[in-house]
Amino acid sequence: MGSYVPSTQEQRLEMLHAIGLKSFRDLYKDVPQSMYLDRPLDLPEGKSELEVSQAVQAMARKNKVYDTILRGAGAYDHYIPSIVKYIPAKEEFLTAYTPYQAEISQGVLQSIFEYQTEICELTGMDVSNASVYDGATAAAEACAMARDRKRRLTLISGAAHPDVINTIRTYAYGTNDEIKIIPVKDGKTDPDALKAMLTPEVSAVYVQQPNFFGLFEDAEAMAAPVHEAGALYILGCNPIALGIMKTPKDMGADIAVGEGQPLGLPIAFGGPYLGFMATTTKHMRKLPGRIVGETTDDAGNRAYVLSLQAREQHIRREKAGSNICSNEALCALTAGVYLAAMGPEGLKEVAESSMAKAHYLCRELTKLPGVKLRYDAPFFHEFLLDMPKADEILSALDKKNILGGLPFDGGILWCATEKVSKQTLDEVVAIVKGVLA
Amino acid sequence: MKLIFEKSVPGRRCAILPACDVEKVELPAELKRDAAPLLPEMSETDVSRHYTELNQHVHGVNCGFYPLGSCTMKYNPRIDEEMAALPGFTGIHPLAPQAAVEGCEEVIATARKYLCEITGMADMTFQPAAGAHGEFTGVLLIKQYHDSRNDTKRTKIIVPDSAHGTNPATAAMCGYQVVNIPSAPDGCVDLEALKSVLGDDTAGLMLTNPNTVGIFDENILEITRLVHEAGGLCYYDGANLNAVMGVVRPGDMGFDCVHLNLHKTFATPHGGGGPGAGAVGCKSFLAPFLPHSALMEEPGHIQVRGFRGNFLVVVRALAYLLTLGREGVPEAAQNAVLNANYLMHRIKGTFAPAFDRICMHEFVLDLSEYKKATGVSALDVAKSLIDYGMHPPTMYFPLIVHEALMLEPTETESKETLDWAADVFRALYELGYKDPAFMHAAPHNAQIGRPDEVKAARTPIVRYTKA
Ligand SMILES: Cc1ncc(COP(=O)(O)O)c(C=O)c1O
Repeated sequence: MGSYVPSTQEQRLEMLHAIGLKSFRDLYKDVPQSMYLDRPLDLPEGKSELEVSQAVQAMARKNKVYDTILRGAGAYDHYIPSIVKYIPAKEEFLTAYTPYQAEISQGVLQSIFEYQTEICELTGMDVSNASVYDGATAAAEACAMARDRKRRLTLISGAAHPDVINTIRTYAYGTNDEIKIIPVKDGKTDPDALKAMLTPEVSAVYVQQPNFFGLFEDAEAMAAPVHEAGALYILGCNPIALGIMKTPKDMGADIAVGEGQPLGLPIAFGGPYLGFMATTTKHMRKLPGRIVGETTDDAGNRAYVLSLQAREQHIRREKAGSNICSNEALCALTAGVYLAAMGPEGLKEVAESSMAKAHYLCRELTKLPGVKLRYDAPFFHEFLLDMPKADEILSALDKKNILGGLPFDGGILWCATEKVSKQTLDEVVAIVKGVLA
Repeated sequence: MKLIFEKSVPGRRCAILPACDVEKVELPAELKRDAAPLLPEMSETDVSRHYTELNQHVHGVNCGFYPLGSCTMKYNPRIDEEMAALPGFTGIHPLAPQAAVEGCEEVIATARKYLCEITGMADMTFQPAAGAHGEFTGVLLIKQYHDSRNDTKRTKIIVPDSAHGTNPATAAMCGYQVVNIPSAPDGCVDLEALKSVLGDDTAGLMLTNPNTVGIFDENILEITRLVHEAGGLCYYDGANLNAVMGVVRPGDMGFDCVHLNLHKTFATPHGGGGPGAGAVGCKSFLAPFLPHSALMEEPGHIQVRGFRGNFLVVVRALAYLLTLGREGVPEAAQNAVLNANYLMHRIKGTFAPAFDRICMHEFVLDLSEYKKATGVSALDVAKSLIDYGMHPPTMYFPLIVHEALMLEPTETESKETLDWAADVFRALYELGYKDPAFMHAAPHNAQIGRPDEVKAARTPIVRYTKA
């Protein structure tokens, strides 16, 4: 049996006797006999480290690790620089908790302050929080932030990620608030439909940029009508695209959110990921979660602290805007290391290269008989194709250890990142061609 | 320490990616960024040294004693990290076909089976990303249950005044009115107070047992019975499960749903504030209401985040459960309780326990008398501990104890560490009478002195701006 209890049997007895007890059962005298578990748990016997390692590796081996992944839809297979794996694994970063005690947590606090700055730089916003759980919860929290007593209706683009829509819906179900889906036209949020939906009850409009189909929304043009209606404009952005794309701030957003996974986090069957949230100074005190601020210590030296805590659950309890306590600090640290390793040029290269590869793949696939691009509009690194024999194509690719695009709405949603070479893309095209021949 | 931006050198960079081997595509002009983001420009050496410097100014569980009450800062086994870093897990796309993810499914199914057994629940979701997120999910189960029965008059959630702030905040996020009930003098639920607020408007009760003062509420069966009798459901905040896992199960206490903090009880690391995982278990009648991913799973369910949760955290917890096994789980709980009682016993005679009786995995010291006598506050003592290389306990929580310090040693600390910690507390106790001014000014040997929090809040500087 494995155990991490260091005390020897003698020491345990010594401690028990010191507190005047005879047995472990005495420690639980407040537990009524009727519910005391007087049988062993139905779990296997404990194992040594070596056996655990073998058992868990056997599980991992039952998964298929593809050589090439051409599937995105919210989880993006970018290259993770080696250093990005090592730094967050350092034991102090790894095993500390929320930096409540600033005097022995300056390292964590400063890393969060740096992360906040980087998110502000990417989004063009004034203030970022220390992270929330993921992109979907960031969107849901942003929608909650925008509500006030009179305005309780959230409009969500139908071209947003289905999990994001469903998460916002769930949070709204919690607070008994209404959401409405803005119809999609030609793969994008329909601006005319949006205008017609902008009633005085609308608190916020959520649009994803680029959207679930990979298309760039006419996001900037929608800002004015949203603001004229007195609502807040929330943009959910891909952080890699932000390396080259106009900032949400410049597109007129009041709150910028997104899934930070592409910034150095593995796809890992869905998590842990990273929700980023940033806004303007005006809305700073409504932002949920931890925020690190700069101050000075009693000797006047620069110091960092958890700040603006009057917003949070441990102070405001049922009046807090959000219940968030633990967040995704280590993932935020990872994103910080990723951005430092890539730098502004590297990030731009990832964005440009991903976009270029996706366009190349799209161009080559649409040359094949019967393959059509469903929405012919500017896109980033994802695109939806209508293609015959979709199942056969995906299984032919699978046999070559390639994960093809995601079957969605009768088509296939493809994604390419900087990781895939032209040679591999040519192979993919050849395989698809073979199936269609 | 310099900020990363202050170390940046224009034009410096790491060599990570090859040149793009396909034709470049231009973004339409109206979509282009005006200016590049101000990100650090560094060599790999710079990056490595910068973060190593930061890491040297962090107190982790690996550095020393970390008795942060309510947070279960137990040792985080390295094998669990190694398992979570296996490419067979990290490289798996959440939307890969079923046949390609059988290993992930096995991890989830196995962890679910073990954790359902430990909690006495029938089903479990791993979608919630932390404890508070699990609370949100659990209370939404309660809400859906009442809604499914068209029982719309149930608008209130009862929360004891000793509860963690996330409990009332969660109830509010679920659209409920929060009814705070006072605790009895022993810190447990006041049955009369509970009875007086129960009614046909009660949606449910949120409770942690052992409670936030570290006492097992012996009336628990009566409490859950009363709530059920009124038509409400009972939610178990699993933050304190470390005291009782393998000994007594929330399901057998009468709870209908629970969240577990895998990052506390099941030894997954806290990561400087996350990621955690807030697995939510429930009895079978609530299982139809569990959250699903709209894209990965069957539609028509609630959903609290994307995909299926912090999977790699579940891998770590499973490795831990496989290690401990059927004997190791209760062994951990018993030793957590033993260590807390032993430490409390060793401190007794100096700082006073708020409740002088057998505790569970943690206990609260009440420094209000001491403060009256010496002028030294719980904060001063906490800050003084830093100079001894000890992470301070949780301060000023729960709110029902004034000048509270809450200590949770966990089972992974040795008797030697506990004896040392008790000696430190004794020494500080005496120092408060001799030299209170020294303690008001603590810490003396940390990287920084006490920060000015008022200034931080009044004139917020929340990002670096280039001078
Ligand atoms: C009693 C209790 N409940 C809930 C929580 C919230 O858990 P998390 O921080 O994982 O959201 C905590 C965390 O400290 C806690 O101590």
